[in-house]
Amino acid sequence: MEEWFDAKLQKNEMIEPKDWMPDNYRKHLIRQISQHAHSEIIGMLPEGNWITRAPSLRAKIVLMAKVQDEGGHGLYLYTAAETLGTSREEVLDALHTGKAKYSSIFNYPTLTWADIGMVGWLVDGAAIMNQVMLQRTSYGPYSRAMVRICKEESFHQRQGYESVCHLAFGTPEQKAMAQDALNRWWWPTLMMFGPTDDKSPNSAQAIKWKIKRESNDQLRQRFVNQTVSQAEYLGLTIPDPDLKWNEERQAYDFGTPNWDEFAAVVAGNGPCNKERLAARVKAHNEGEWVRAAATAYALKKNEVMSAA
Amino acid sequence: MSNNDTQGTLWEVFLQRKPGQPFVHCGSLHAFDKEMALQNARDLYTRRGEGTAIWVVPSTAIVSSSPEDLGPFFEPANDKVYRHPTFYQIPDAVKHM
Amino acid sequence: MNKQEALFSYTLRLADNGLILSQRLAAWTGHGPFLEEDLALTNIALDILGQAKSLLEYAGQVEGKGRSEDDLAFLRGEREFYNTQLVEQPNGDYAKTIARQYFVDVFDFHFYTALANSKDETLAGIAAKSIKEITYHVRHSGSWMLRFGGGTEESKQRLQDAVNDLWRYTGEQFEMNEVDALLIKEGIAVDMTAVKAAWDKQVINILNEASITTPLVAVMQTGSRQGKHTEHLGYILAEMQYLPRVIPGAKW
Repeated sequence: MEEWFDAKLQKNEMIEPKDWMPDNYRKHLIRQISQHAHSEIIGMLPEGNWITRAPSLRAKIVLMAKVQDEGGHGLYLYTAAETLGTSREEVLDALHTGKAKYSSIFNYPTLTWADIGMVGWLVDGAAIMNQVMLQRTSYGPYSRAMVRICKEESFHQRQGYESVCHLAFGTPEQKAMAQDALNRWWWPTLMMFGPTDDKSPNSAQAIKWKIKRESNDQLRQRFVNQTVSQAEYLGLTIPDPDLKWNEERQAYDFGTPNWDEFAAVVAGNGPCNKERLAARVKAHNEGEWVRAAATAYALKKNEVMSAA
Repeated sequence: MSNNDTQGTLWEVFLQRKPGQPFVHCGSLHAFDKEMALQNARDLYTRRGEGTAIWVVPSTAIVSSSPEDLGPFFEPANDKVYRHPTFYQIPDAVKHM
Repeated sequence: MNKQEALFSYTLRLADNGLILSQRLAAWTGHGPFLEEDLALTNIALDILGQAKSLLEYAGQVEGKGRSEDDLAFLRGEREFYNTQLVEQPNGDYAKTIARQYFVDVFDFHFYTALANSKDETLAGIAAKSIKEITYHVRHSGSWMLRFGGGTEESKQRLQDAVNDLWRYTGEQFEMNEVDALLIKEGIAVDMTAVKAAWDKQVINILNEASITTPLVAVMQTGSRQGKHTEHLGYILAEMQYLPRVIPGAKW
């Protein structure tokens, strides 16, 4: 069986839910897909935070649509995780009890309106690099979810950059707001790609299984390369004194993120870890009677489908 | 569905993109009843005008073939070339066929 | 008051209902009772905000003083808003949000159906487009009314409490003043008498079906047609408007 599985991967064929797969492959996928789903759902919070304060009607509509998309993406991913034999309730329970992780970037606060633009431009920009790669991931349902997600995500980064443009080319207060937000979001965004390759053992295995197709450092480098000119266009300064073009490598050299801070946020001690989780738990708990009512109503209507 | 599962049940969604076209599976969702499944499918999978009609089916109602069926189910069809129009030779002079 | 002033006032009234209600609904995004419903309610909020935006744009044109939809949304004070007090009521629990929504949805359905025949082409056009969205909104909130009424004891009680709380704000929707009188003569505005009859019938039907007692309210709250609101509106505007007021004249 193992040989059959390896041969399938070798031929770049997708693994499907009913196919035999090594236990560790399944476990790795459940962890990665549910983490990815949680990140989308938790990711609704820092941006949702600004919906009621968006400074124009257009900005409000766009932000609502974007936050809603993220919820949809979380949902596509939860259903992909379910094909591996884990229920929605189980993965949510893991999130709510703090057992499951999600992307640390969402544990940073959105302090000003400029943060919303920055999240779109930088955070979504970084996420897209990862997601584009995952369209070719080896597990079929995950890959199909990612194809759909990438199609929908394509407006998110553009929306963010457009918003930052308004600020960077706006009043002096607006430009200062944008620079301040860039200063706060730059390093956390670089850390989104995860630890450096030599410190990321899971990552190597994921590449072997073709769940991941590129390493953390490769993706991080590509992100820096493409983002520098976008910042230059805006007249904003990336807060890294070591950032400079390396002619030999045909790539930017850049400084080292604060990995101690990264470790602290991952361990639950970031600025908003507690608030983010508390908000999800509250929504889940306050929704309990709603779900119970819907269940009871379906029972009375004789509509409950028997589970196989 | 375990007793303490409060997330409803899993449904599969099939969308028809344009009238006359076949319904194609586009994803899954959770819902508690048929009407909700239909509404949720609309709200989730047609936000960008992707559909003109929807089917929702409880996941448990779907019967699927197994990976081990691959050979016996599908390979026998591979050598039935006579089912395809190109198998037959028609003189070039004959048109509209 | 001339026809133009009346039309401005009338259009603002419709726009403000949508603007304030969508502001309330938007607060649920990311906090819904389960994921699918979170997304469904946000869709509805987006529809309603889209309607409000079109109406504000038109109000600005009618007024003719160069005010954009954003100027009208973000730079008017508490006494210059004309939405009903119903839409500014807090979200409360999901039963309250759904009851408020159902009351508004049914009103909008009958109101916009009639407005689609308005002699004002812009209003008629916005109404015709909105009616498709609203038909879906009624279906969504209506099915939740039945689920709560027919679900558990708790959900039924919560819905009953919500209906009791909100009922006194429902009468205002049908009020008519000199604006309506003038515009009805012009064939532009909708006569609320028929809307009220249709609303009463449909709402009382669903309350019966959901085994909810229709409240008896001696006095309906009033005032929004004169820009008098509940205390909630001031907070809504403070949150919604603060940024454009902090940096005046900025583009976003």
